[in-house]
Amino acid sequence: MAQVLIQNLNKMYGDVYAVKDVNIDIRDKEFLVLVGPSGCGKTTTLRMVAGLESITSGRVVIGDVVVNELPPMDRDIAMVFQNYALYPHMSVYDNMAFGLKMRRVGRAEIAKRVQEAANLLGIQDYLNRKPRQLSGGQRQRVALGRAIVRHPQVFLFDEPLSNLDAKLRVQMRVELKKLHNRLNTTAIYVTHDQVEAMTLGDRVVVMRGGLVQQVSEPMELYNSPANRFVAGFIGSPAMNFTAVRLRDAAGSLQADGDGFCIDVPEEIAPRLRRYAGRDVTMGIRPEDLRLANGRHPPGLCFDAVVELVERLGAEILLDLKVGQQTMVASVERTVCAKRGEKLQFALRPERIHFFDTASEAAI
Amino acid sequence: MAATGYALSEPHARELRHGTVTRMLEDERWLALVLLLPTLVLLALFIAYPFVKGVELSLTDTKVGVPGGFVGLHNFAALSNDTIFRTAVWNTFVYTAVTTVFKLALGLWLALLLNRHFKGKAMTRAFILLPFIIPTVLSTFAWKWMFDPTFSVINWTLYQVGVIHSRINWLGDSELALISVIIVNIWRGVPFYAISLLAGLQTINPELHEAAAIDGAGPWQRFWQVTWPLLLPVTIVVVLFSVIQTFSDFQLVYVLTGGGPANSTQLFATYAYQIGVGTGLLSQGAAISLAMFPVLLLVVIVQLLYIRRVETH
Amino acid sequence: MVEGGKWRRWVFFYIPLGMFVFVLLFPFYWMLVTTFRPDNELYRPWMAPNYTPFWTLHPTLDHIRYLLGETLFGTWMLNTLIISIVATAISLLCGLPAGYALSRLKFPFAGSLGTGIFITYLVPQTLLFIPLADIIRNFRLGDTPWALILTYPSFLIPFCTWLLMGYFKAIPKELEECARIDGATRWKAMIYIIFPIAVPGILSAGIFAFTLSWNEFIYALVFLSSPAQKTVSVGVTSELIRGDVFFWGALMAGALLGSIPVALIYSFFVEHYVAGLTGSVKG
Repeated sequence: MAQVLIQNLNKMYGDVYAVKDVNIDIRDKEFLVLVGPSGCGKTTTLRMVAGLESITSGRVVIGDVVVNELPPMDRDIAMVFQNYALYPHMSVYDNMAFGLKMRRVGRAEIAKRVQEAANLLGIQDYLNRKPRQLSGGQRQRVALGRAIVRHPQVFLFDEPLSNLDAKLRVQMRVELKKLHNRLNTTAIYVTHDQVEAMTLGDRVVVMRGGLVQQVSEPMELYNSPANRFVAGFIGSPAMNFTAVRLRDAAGSLQADGDGFCIDVPEEIAPRLRRYAGRDVTMGIRPEDLRLANGRHPPGLCFDAVVELVERLGAEILLDLKVGQQTMVASVERTVCAKRGEKLQFALRPERIHFFDTASEAAI
Repeated sequence: MAATGYALSEPHARELRHGTVTRMLEDERWLALVLLLPTLVLLALFIAYPFVKGVELSLTDTKVGVPGGFVGLHNFAALSNDTIFRTAVWNTFVYTAVTTVFKLALGLWLALLLNRHFKGKAMTRAFILLPFIIPTVLSTFAWKWMFDPTFSVINWTLYQVGVIHSRINWLGDSELALISVIIVNIWRGVPFYAISLLAGLQTINPELHEAAAIDGAGPWQRFWQVTWPLLLPVTIVVVLFSVIQTFSDFQLVYVLTGGGPANSTQLFATYAYQIGVGTGLLSQGAAISLAMFPVLLLVVIVQLLYIRRVETH
Repeated sequence: MVEGGKWRRWVFFYIPLGMFVFVLLFPFYWMLVTTFRPDNELYRPWMAPNYTPFWTLHPTLDHIRYLLGETLFGTWMLNTLIISIVATAISLLCGLPAGYALSRLKFPFAGSLGTGIFITYLVPQTLLFIPLADIIRNFRLGDTPWALILTYPSFLIPFCTWLLMGYFKAIPKELEECARIDGATRWKAMIYIIFPIAVPGILSAGIFAFTLSWNEFIYALVFLSSPAQKTVSVGVTSELIRGDVFFWGALMAGALLGSIPVALIYSFFVEHYVAGLTGSVKG
């Protein structure tokens, strides 16, 4: 049972909390992603699980053993680093065999495991080469191979794809996912890239400033972000945020913003009722802004001036001026829009988000 | 938080897999102690202990074979009245100052010359370091032979060229001896300065020179405004190292003149040797050696402060 | 304008460079010529009309034969070789772990210890030689190679440590961390991963230490007395001079041959040597 339990984990440097009160239960065979901006504590958390950082307070359990006091070599884990950390003076074979040699595994067994992993990753032809003779992608595979041969209980990944170029990154992402499906081992993956988080994770933990913001499956993060930070972090281009005042208008709520006025849909009005008369933050994703075609209820439409048209191929991004603020809309590639043109946009009622302005929590 | 449903175990079985020593060495602090111990013992035995003993010696009146009693600062007082000692102090300061200035200037010039690309550059650079590589005593003998009053090749050359008409007694003339010794020290030290400064020059981004040239700076200005300031850190380290070495120099003078003629080339180290080992007055010799310490300490402190300042930038 | 350019190059570059190279290398040439010059030419006064300083038409191996046959030069070379090698070995054995600890481990007083070791490098031998002679006598190591083998590391270790620290600092910490996760103890990670990667640095430190040992003089002069125990520098200085008479031929032969081991090593490892020198200055 290779579960990983992180309980009330704290890490302090002097008086500063790098990681505060983190609680995560990682299930056996689960692929969990820690995501967040730099400095959010995701790497520190990972390193505490690995045993590379001391734990200020809290517990880490791997399998059924509390590992706080164990050195890294006894935790039965393997880690893949951002810079691959391949031993430059050893061949690929020796790199992969090193861990097994340290554990006094027999030569025949080592050869078998290394060959197995090499075949799995497609690096069987490079076994005699030195790391400096390999490309970035090949080195990444060797780093993976080195982790795989150990048959650990848990895989740890510290931003392994960050050093690859964009195309290679996409390719490796897919391969990693397939690999995980094959190996069926618990994995903890740290990244700052929300795309990697969404595509790779069974569940995703969003962190910020040392604190956990939300732990959910990817789509739930996308559809129901727990706070403004998560809402703005997940999804690209980022969600549009605008300050609105909620007004009571003849029994129904209206969101009065800069340059527009929206009827709050019936489904979510009850949650917002207690904010009537106050300011809240409204969020709407660019992909949830459609061009109004007359069939949209007028209460959900507003006018905007197109400032910039960015054609990406698969979609078109429109930079809009709404009142005095800017918003971004993502529309289909068949849309004809010109700079300076005034267009009408509609919101999908089930896709509007509201956040408390002070606490930033979702309402 | 999911309930685990079964008891968690503390890792007793795993921990006992390792012996006590292994576990201890996993702790950074214990490991550091074990790794540093041999070094610390050796340095304590052969640097700290002798230093303390030296101080102790200088405060007694020990001679070879005759244990001495405590005499306080008597030895140092005697030294301040000793004309030879005063001469040695003066000589050492002059020796250090003059050689350093020349070594820096010539070393810098050579480094600038070497900083270009030319055929045979690697080999030239390799040959240039020879005076620094070859044991000092041995190369100094070559100079001694070159300076020999009767057989000097330098004299012969200068005579042939018409610069002199009678011999120059390089090492036997009390006016000239210090200059001769200075010449040999400069000869030996220039390569060290040159190679170190060359390394420093090579870290200066050539784009800075190009930008300065485009801005209209001539070569001399480019040197002062761009090269010199960027070279300063390396220069200071090199100079401070060299000053310490030169101030405590022994081999050169010992071979060339032994301190004479008439103490005109006597330095701290050679005088200490002469008194301590030559005449067996151990305490006085120790006192002379220790008299170097304040100056050296000052130089070391300046260097440490400078390094600290550079590091905090 | 090609004319002007060429002229400038010659005046400002080739000629000064040539002069530097000439001045720096001439004494060695002189050593060479003197070694092979017969005595009658050697002792010709410089004002004599047939003084041919820069070459000799009658090269002879007499001086070398005298040196190797009639003096203990061979013994001196052997002594110096053994002392330098063992002292270098000791210094590396101490300096490697010390450099590792100071640059890659976190422990209290790390900074002060590093500074302390750096400072001992700056304590010159000429300050310590008198009390140290006493200590050597008390340990009954006087007039044995051990007197030097044990005292040389006192200035070699700080240098080696400092130099190696520079190399160690450049090795990414992920390599050790990965090794430790892979199953290595800190000790094993140091030996199997860090040290092999730092081999260029180890080589530089070793070569530099060997050269510094070979070059050392005052300790050898003061601690050794019997001719059979002396090192090359001391032997050449004390045994090739009888009273006021200098046996210049033998002396220069001694100087030449005594320089060969160091020059040889240097020629094979120039890059390492330069790296060692510049590494020690750039810190």
